[in-house]
Amino acid sequence: MSDSLVIGGQSLSSRLFIGTGKYSRNSLIPEVVEASGSQVITVALRRVDPDSNDNIISHIPSRMTLLPNTSGARTAEEAVRIARLAKATGLGNWVKIEVINDQKYLLPDNAETIRATEILVAEGFVVLPYMSPDLSAALLMKKAGAAAVMPLGSPIGTNRGLRTRELLRILITEVNLPVIVDAGIGRPSEAAEAMELGAAAVLLNTAIATARNPLLMASAFRDAVAAGRKAYLAGLGPVEETASASSPLTGFLG
Amino acid sequence: MNLIVNGKAETYKENCRTVADLLKLPAWNKRMVIVELNGEIVAKEEYDTILLGEGDRIEIVHFVGGG
Repeated sequence: MSDSLVIGGQSLSSRLFIGTGKYSRNSLIPEVVEASGSQVITVALRRVDPDSNDNIISHIPSRMTLLPNTSGARTAEEAVRIARLAKATGLGNWVKIEVINDQKYLLPDNAETIRATEILVAEGFVVLPYMSPDLSAALLMKKAGAAAVMPLGSPIGTNRGLRTRELLRILITEVNLPVIVDAGIGRPSEAAEAMELGAAAVLLNTAIATARNPLLMASAFRDAVAAGRKAYLAGLGPVEETASASSPLTGFLG
Repeated sequence: MNLIVNGKAETYKENCRTVADLLKLPAWNKRMVIVELNGEIVAKEEYDTILLGEGDRIEIVHFVGGG
């Protein structure tokens, strides 16, 4: 059965997007990519550090779709500047807009994110905004031409799971765009839960990068995302308050 | 000539005239970078031709790991 996720004209068979931050060594990344089965991978843009010679791109298989983020941006203008620099590398036109003004919870600024989406869509970017799960903001992002919306499950890097579950469910039901749960997912069971809810994909970084065995965890998330997706497609059975016997209630032994 | 490169003000030698000259310095040599000059992205084809001026602000950036 074909069950591709199409974003920005690209057909993806994997619904697990991964990040490249926080690894104990970047040489793990190609193995994590392999174990996760991912096809989309995020990177950040920073000033070159003359004292470090590592090139993250050299660790990313060329078949991957690169999803640069605009981390560090506090306004729409700063996000646009970072996105343009990322595009100038010639490594694609996807961008994860990330505009953050809150240093404690790193919650995204939806209003600035909507403005950045409008500008970057007009410039031909495939725009995936990281957002607080708010229905009216998501609808404005859709109107602005976003290719997907990426609401958080809980704050970045917390591994606390789907604390925003009900709002995610509403976005999935009401916004006619792929909803990719980004941030906060700590366990494979939480990734499966997001997929069961009907998320189009999940984006993970910390949960894999900080696991004792990142490769095994990448593989666990791969299975969980696939299982949750299958369950969503299969249609979950109804939830009941009282018991309903699975075995026949007739023909008991005398 | 005084330039501000990645936020750091320094004096550069006379022969550092273009973006290409700057990128030949050991700190940046042979790296995959994107260059912004006074807020404008410099196309790679222009590295040899665009002249640097006194007080120019230059950002030399690249991709790093991130989520």
